[in-house]
Amino acid sequence: MTADIHNWVQIGTLDDIPREGARCVKNGDMTIAVFRTAKDEVFALEDKCPHKNGPLSQGIVHDGCVTCPLHNWVISLETGSAQGADEGRTTAFPVRLEDGSVLIDLSFSHEAV
Amino acid sequence: MSKKKLVVVGNGMAPGRMLEHLFEKDADAYDVTIFNAEPRVNYNRLMLSPVLSGEKTYEDIITHGDDWYAEHGVTLHKAARVSGIDRDAKTVTSENGITASYDKLVIATGSNPFIIPLPGKDLDGVLTYRDLDDVDKMLDAAGRGGRAIVIGGGLLGLEAAAGLKMQGMDVTVLHLMPTLMERQLDPAAGFLLEEEFRSRSIDVRTKANSHEIVDDGSGKVKAIRLDDGTEIEASIVVMAVGIRPSADLAKSIGLDTNRGVLVGDDMRTSDPDIFALGECVEHRGMCYGLVAPLYEMAEAIADNLLDGTAEYTGSVTATKLKVTGVDLYSAGDFAEGDDREEIVLRDASAGVYKRLVLKDNKIIGAVLYGETSDGPWFFDMLKKGTDVSEMRETLIFGQAYQGGAPLDPTAAVAALPDDAEICGCNGICKGKIVSTIKEKGLTTLDGVRAHTKASNSCGTCTGLVEQLMQVTLGDAYNPAAVTPMCGCTPLGHDEVRRLIKSKELKSIPAVMQELEWTSSGGCAKCRPALNYYLVSDWPDEYADDYQSRFINERVHANIQKDGTYSVVPRMWGGMTSSKELRAIADVVDKFDIPAVKCTGGQRIDMLGIKKEDLPAVWADLGKAGFVSGQAYAKGLRTVKTCVGTDWCRFGTQDSTGLGVKLEKFMWGSWTPAKLKMAVSGCPRNCAEATCKDIGIICVDSGYEIHFAGAAGLDIKGTEVLGLVKTEDEAIEHVAALAQMYREQGRYLERIYKWAKRIGVDEIRRQIMDDANMRKAYFDRFVFSQKFAQVDPWSERVSGKDKHEFKPMAVLTKEAAE
Repeated sequence: MTADIHNWVQIGTLDDIPREGARCVKNGDMTIAVFRTAKDEVFALEDKCPHKNGPLSQGIVHDGCVTCPLHNWVISLETGSAQGADEGRTTAFPVRLEDGSVLIDLSFSHEAV
Repeated sequence: MSKKKLVVVGNGMAPGRMLEHLFEKDADAYDVTIFNAEPRVNYNRLMLSPVLSGEKTYEDIITHGDDWYAEHGVTLHKAARVSGIDRDAKTVTSENGITASYDKLVIATGSNPFIIPLPGKDLDGVLTYRDLDDVDKMLDAAGRGGRAIVIGGGLLGLEAAAGLKMQGMDVTVLHLMPTLMERQLDPAAGFLLEEEFRSRSIDVRTKANSHEIVDDGSGKVKAIRLDDGTEIEASIVVMAVGIRPSADLAKSIGLDTNRGVLVGDDMRTSDPDIFALGECVEHRGMCYGLVAPLYEMAEAIADNLLDGTAEYTGSVTATKLKVTGVDLYSAGDFAEGDDREEIVLRDASAGVYKRLVLKDNKIIGAVLYGETSDGPWFFDMLKKGTDVSEMRETLIFGQAYQGGAPLDPTAAVAALPDDAEICGCNGICKGKIVSTIKEKGLTTLDGVRAHTKASNSCGTCTGLVEQLMQVTLGDAYNPAAVTPMCGCTPLGHDEVRRLIKSKELKSIPAVMQELEWTSSGGCAKCRPALNYYLVSDWPDEYADDYQSRFINERVHANIQKDGTYSVVPRMWGGMTSSKELRAIADVVDKFDIPAVKCTGGQRIDMLGIKKEDLPAVWADLGKAGFVSGQAYAKGLRTVKTCVGTDWCRFGTQDSTGLGVKLEKFMWGSWTPAKLKMAVSGCPRNCAEATCKDIGIICVDSGYEIHFAGAAGLDIKGTEVLGLVKTEDEAIEHVAALAQMYREQGRYLERIYKWAKRIGVDEIRRQIMDDANMRKAYFDRFVFSQKFAQVDPWSERVSGKDKHEFKPMAVLTKEAAE
């Protein structure tokens, strides 16, 4: 977390995202997948598996991770890192919940684009 | 020197505690005046539920009686709601005309119950659950009997429901979320809680969205109507869906407010002479509705009123449900995360579920159900950040198990006496198992089950039996003989399927709890499997778990390598028409679909469709009469055919017609793995039926049924099931065979692998030779189809799951296209 300048953007409400599911947010050319766990925690990752760019938003969410729908890589929702023997990482964006609203910090996205 | 004047607005538990601290530290610093909107002294609001249930009276729960106020010289204005505060003059005035001046002011206005803006919310008989007046109203209603509906399956709602039930009312709890108390409990504990309420004859309906409170014609509650049209009669409706900080007064005098009255760590509002305390407060973005944080705030304010420098820095909270006979404790943060580990203990027979979430060897969250005596111990370590690595092995068993060397589980079993009961269902003790293993030379779990019956019923002692085998056989025992379903359970697929049936488990949380899953919510391997088993076993009762489906089945199209989708409409038996082809061509043009291809199963595949276009594509295809080809499904995909007697000079039967019939009869059915079929009109086999999951070869004398072929990772010709004479018989045999596979197959196990495991002879015996069994399989297939033959495309076109196909937000950016 190097960025001192936060760019919190409201993207919708917690209810917009299905439990153990995800919704996409289009940010220019980039797609960000916003996940909601069984415990109503919210995470955001760039919607690209570090393996072959699979849309993580479409995977099964479980235990703080999402399993990529293309080749079953398991990616940590919090860090974006591949789990187990796989190596790779996708950009994770800070997310915060405020009164049911979901806010995402896009200050990182400039580095990532 | 005259004392300074302190005025407190509100007389709840938080200011009560604050004054206790204040008087303890310096009894003479202030003259205190309290304005209380309620017409009574201070009482313990946490104890309202026992009052409602009849276990306590109002007198029992008074915390500060009139004597206390007198003794401390506190002026208490009862039933005096404050109407105005003059910050310049430093005075507070109540609606009934009392004015008091202050040097320091504490606003402790608490919170208001949230009222859902439903039609009918103002009817007579709609109540909230917040103070003693509400309890009195509920008790009054309960005296007249009838049904109470409680909206909200959170802490308060459940307490209200249990109390009203104890007062003799019929009670229904409506909860919007899938599980009860979802903010404090994970789904497993929520499930147990729901079971407990059901067992008390309290009707619990989750995912229930109230639509309207129905008027009986005289302005009184008659019923509630839900979004799905269900109407439930009610004499009262209790709304217990949450609270809102009551910050209006603070706002009206210009203090900074957000959701609540904003305070800093010193608990001061934006006016340094005014503090705020309790549920009306917003501190570091948090509003609290539990008592512990309010008490911590109270202590800080008391210090600061005496010119101290105390700081309140936020709280971790613990919750306990106050319903007699329900033990439930939840504390801290128990969300998942990859830097977190969890320890789960499930004891299904005792109804116990415990879960600890650890991070860096420290407890950060705890959920306890059924056995909560260690809750405070865990919570204490959570607050102190105690390093638990030393006691990790036995931590979940609680404080009593600490100290001494952790016990090796095998050593523990070895140390058991011979007469220790291992299998409770069958009453089998250790000595019997060990001697049978030795006498019969058993080396497998199945062998031990067959000869001793241990672990043969509910299966919860399987682990113990295996440890006994380990102890008895040493290295000769190979526990890997049963492959567990996944890392979340030691049970294999067959075991799980058997137990789902025998224990009548009808939801994923039920399976996980009863079979003692070691993870809290399963994984991407077991969830789709469990979902299939439940769909297969309880077609009428089980509600499909959408989030446990792989993406293809969730959005009813095939995901491709670039994240686009391909769509395959059903063409029954491979037949099509100019109208259908034209409709497909129009869709291809309209949506600019880059590739169109014939599939191996004689259907047309449209590739490269963007996810957001899917509903529109389906809508157009639906208008032409197409339904989903389920080319993505672990279910019936295609029935491939040749042209048969219609056109072919060798054809012996109407293979096309039979293929169409089979497909129309069997579409929509879910199977353990994909199911592809074919019907060939003669032994030349143009439809390639002899490498399909199920194939039919039409011959002069009838229909030869084949199965267990493969042309995928393995290439394998089919086995012959048998020959039947008529089309109807062919359909009955094929459906019965499919049903047998549906009931016995392991998830992702193709029919040929299943057949190898069960034995072709056995399958033949059950389907060909045993007419009763065949009929029973067939009937179960037909029953299941009643619920399965729903076209997922038309469902989505009509709006189901529409969130799937639209982005949640589109953020504009200069760089955007």
